[in-house]
Amino acid sequence: MARTLKLRIWRGNDEDGALQDVTVEGNNGEVVLDIIHRVQATQMGDLAVRWNCKAGKCGSCSMEINGKPRLACMTQISAYGDDEVITITPLRAFPVIKDLVTDVSFNYKKALEVRAYEHPVDLKPGEARMEQVDVERSQEFRKCIECFLCQDTCHVIRDHEENKKSFAGPRFFIRIAELDMHPLDTLRNRKQTAQSEHGLGMCNITKCCTEVCPEHIRITDNAIIPMKERVVDVKYDPLRWLGSVIRKRDGIL
Amino acid sequence: MTANIERHKYDIVVIGAGGAGLRAAVEAREAGLTVAIVCKSLFGKAHTVMAEGGAAASMGNVNDKDNWMVHFRDTMRGGKFLNHYRMAELHAKEAPDRIWELETWGALFDRTKEGKISQRNFGGHEYPRLAHVGDRTGLELIRTMQQRIVALQQIDARETGSPETNIRVFAEVTITEILNENGKVAGAYGYRRENGAEVLFEAPAVVIATGGVGKTFKITSNSWEGTGDGHALALKAGANLVDMEFLQFHPTGMVWPLSVKGILVTESVRGEGGILTNSLGERFMFKYIPDVFKNQYADNEAEADRWYIDQDNNRRPPELLPRDEVARAINSEVKAGRGTEHGGVFLDVSKRLSAEIIKKRLPSMWHQFYELAGVDITKEAMEVGPTCHYVMGGVEVNPDTAAAVGVEGLFAAGEVAGGMHGSNRLGGNSLTDLLVFGRRAGMGAVAYVKSHGVNPVSDSTIEKAATRIAAPFTREGGENAYSLHQELQEITHNLVGIIRTRVELMEAIEKIADIRQRSANISVTGDRMFNPGFHLAFDLDNMLLVAESTAKSALLREESRGGHTRDDFPGMNPTWRQVNHISSFDGANVNIKVQALPALPKELFDLFDVHELEKYMTPQEIAKGGSN
Ligand SMILES: Cc1cc2nc3c(=O)[nH]c(=O)nc-3n(C[C@H](O)[C@H](O)[C@H](O)COP(=O)(O)OP(=O)(O)OC[C@H]3O[C@@H](n4cnc5c(N)ncnc54)[C@H](O)[C@@H]3O)c2cc1C
Ligand code: SF4
Ligand code: SF4
Ligand code: FES
Repeated sequence: MARTLKLRIWRGNDEDGALQDVTVEGNNGEVVLDIIHRVQATQMGDLAVRWNCKAGKCGSCSMEINGKPRLACMTQISAYGDDEVITITPLRAFPVIKDLVTDVSFNYKKALEVRAYEHPVDLKPGEARMEQVDVERSQEFRKCIECFLCQDTCHVIRDHEENKKSFAGPRFFIRIAELDMHPLDTLRNRKQTAQSEHGLGMCNITKCCTEVCPEHIRITDNAIIPMKERVVDVKYDPLRWLGSVIRKRDGIL
Repeated sequence: MTANIERHKYDIVVIGAGGAGLRAAVEAREAGLTVAIVCKSLFGKAHTVMAEGGAAASMGNVNDKDNWMVHFRDTMRGGKFLNHYRMAELHAKEAPDRIWELETWGALFDRTKEGKISQRNFGGHEYPRLAHVGDRTGLELIRTMQQRIVALQQIDARETGSPETNIRVFAEVTITEILNENGKVAGAYGYRRENGAEVLFEAPAVVIATGGVGKTFKITSNSWEGTGDGHALALKAGANLVDMEFLQFHPTGMVWPLSVKGILVTESVRGEGGILTNSLGERFMFKYIPDVFKNQYADNEAEADRWYIDQDNNRRPPELLPRDEVARAINSEVKAGRGTEHGGVFLDVSKRLSAEIIKKRLPSMWHQFYELAGVDITKEAMEVGPTCHYVMGGVEVNPDTAAAVGVEGLFAAGEVAGGMHGSNRLGGNSLTDLLVFGRRAGMGAVAYVKSHGVNPVSDSTIEKAATRIAAPFTREGGENAYSLHQELQEITHNLVGIIRTRVELMEAIEKIADIRQRSANISVTGDRMFNPGFHLAFDLDNMLLVAESTAKSALLREESRGGHTRDDFPGMNPTWRQVNHISSFDGANVNIKVQALPALPKELFDLFDVHELEKYMTPQEIAKGGSN
């Protein structure tokens, strides 16, 4: 049951670092995060890794395993063959602080740029009535655990540092879509600002973000594409835009 | 030396960004004060994200017979009447408003047919009462408040030019000390996890909202943050802890594979019809129905099975007994040699429900077992066993203001505060506890700051805190924090666990003292850059104080009640219900004193059938009929 694992782990920071070979014991059923912890406890007391829940619920342990953006706590070692070397590196799209820990503050800045939910002023606490079918669309996006794996994999940021200023990234496209589809939100023009302020137009629908999402949120099909389509609608048909705002308010029974 | 450190001045510092901390911060900011939120993880990742089942509030959306009085009664029963009545009362009364308020901030709970917030059944709650979002309610709570804070920051950005003028989050900063000056709170001190750089917060009021203590134990459902920091910080600052002997062991945690040992298997699995069997294939829970529950629980399989179809004419299956009962039963089966290969028992829902329904009603459980254990719960049984889940004990507070007893300027809310849940917490009562008392702690701190003003920190206080942080690096060849942590977890697991005895508790107290002595000599390899060995050295110090407090309180309490079971004193004893155990710290040891539990006032006493109270209270108390 026990097996010997060969790892290559990135040690170092943004300026200076290298992959280090490590050999460590592993047991069937263990996940990559367990192995990293074993390395920490027995060989490298100062190996830096970010984690929290160890149950796939908090989105802290994001890293790249054999080049794929993944949650270390949800990646079984049994997925790798006996002779396979497992290469563990930090998220590539963000600056490395140390070892496997990156500076993800970019995402918190982008979160600040998305205008918050606006509750109808005349609707008192406890008075809201919404149908389950109407909340489900936004609920899908609210499953997001902010692991930022989608942000990491999106080539618009991954390969082009200069885009970061004008591109919010898939995590925040679903945030905008969530608010846009929220039955009670009263702020208008969300899809237009997705285009004009958050860089939706730079997305060319490669769907890589959807593929890495551990929550299986259909980022492209359910958020990005509908918003792109509706941006087109709205730009050419102001009456339909007005209609959609009224429909949204009608969500209040 | 104190000249170079990073310094900040705020009206209020909130330690913790879980549900309680965030709610306190929102309250303080809305009252116009400046707030720092300090947390060990990134913003939005606190332990609260893991909560699954829901948040209990008597909105009466599914059954309109529900109201705060029914909820209050359930909470007191769940806690076996050791709760602070005033906390349970405020909680039951204010929980609905706190849930509705989340909706005005954008939360999207699951709905009833009429479009109201849906509510689900849970152990110990008389009516469907838990507001929920599938099985990710904690995430919804955290995200809603995180986004509320962003909304407030956007307002500040528009009005002042910076989003961080009034409210700022210091993520990945660990507080190691609450600073006192002239006997009152003056601020907090800590380090940035990223690079070990020290940070000083000057503030006349500090709210502790640091969550639980699970990592003190070997098997736990808690995240790494649950190291009892706030409990220890409060003790060291001169505050008290109340009833630290009470820990909730959730009956169903994963036991296999080793790497996931402890991860929670939600109560809903049993709610949906999951049955428990031992290695002989016996459905053993029928043997463990206590006398007080004989009328509500079926004593044979046929009736138990009928309950799923007809709940009015049959008693409930014993799998749905309160958490403490089920946890003890599983423990006994395993001890008697009837456990599974990996030391648990079987929990099987595959025989009751179709694969399709299981995947729909228990999506994250299906996913969790499939991904982590290679078990398909639609076809096979799960292996489960008890896991340390929640600490009922905590900082002794004033129920209305959340002010910590004993230290001016200190407040506590959430899991770190004691009193609300008595000897056992009902599922769903924690999430609303966070909201109700998080808000009250915010209000309490605001009122305090407005009436007291600033309390400057002296250089000597800062230097003392700084010296402590530097210490582990100055030693060489000392103890290893990882191994000491493992030793502590073995001791708590074996000697202070679900079932306790006098002899074992005495042994535990001795061994914990020994580890504490050795921990003074911990040395750390590497430097201050994101160094987990260094971080653990501080967390361990906190866990040791918590463990000492728990073991000592447990030794004193010679009865079994809720989350405290003594093999040598198996029954519940009404005279023990009249007392709380108060822990304090004298700089060297934790000392326990016995203090009278505040008695129920007449108007709350009268909410109960007196025959029910007779099971818990002495004849004198019953004759008195309440405290006023
Ligand atoms: C798996 C699981 C499921 C649960 N499900 C439910 C449920 O369905 N319903 C329910 O009501 N309850 C549930 N609970 C219980 C409930 O989730 C917790 O009791 C609650 O979330 C605790 O919240 P809190 O705000 O007190 O603290 P936490 O959410 O634990 O947050 C603590 C905060 O304090 C910070 N902190 C700690 N120490 C320091 C320090 N030294 N310096 C700086 N910051 C610090 C942490 O970083 C964190 O931000 C569940 C618990 C678990 C483990
Ligand atoms: S679909 Fe768009 S957002 Fe997603 S990864 Fe591709 S370019 Fe990026
Ligand atoms: S959308 Fe999915 S991948 Fe992106 S941050 Fe959220 S959970 Fe992670
Ligand atoms: S540690 Fe929380 S998702 Fe991996």
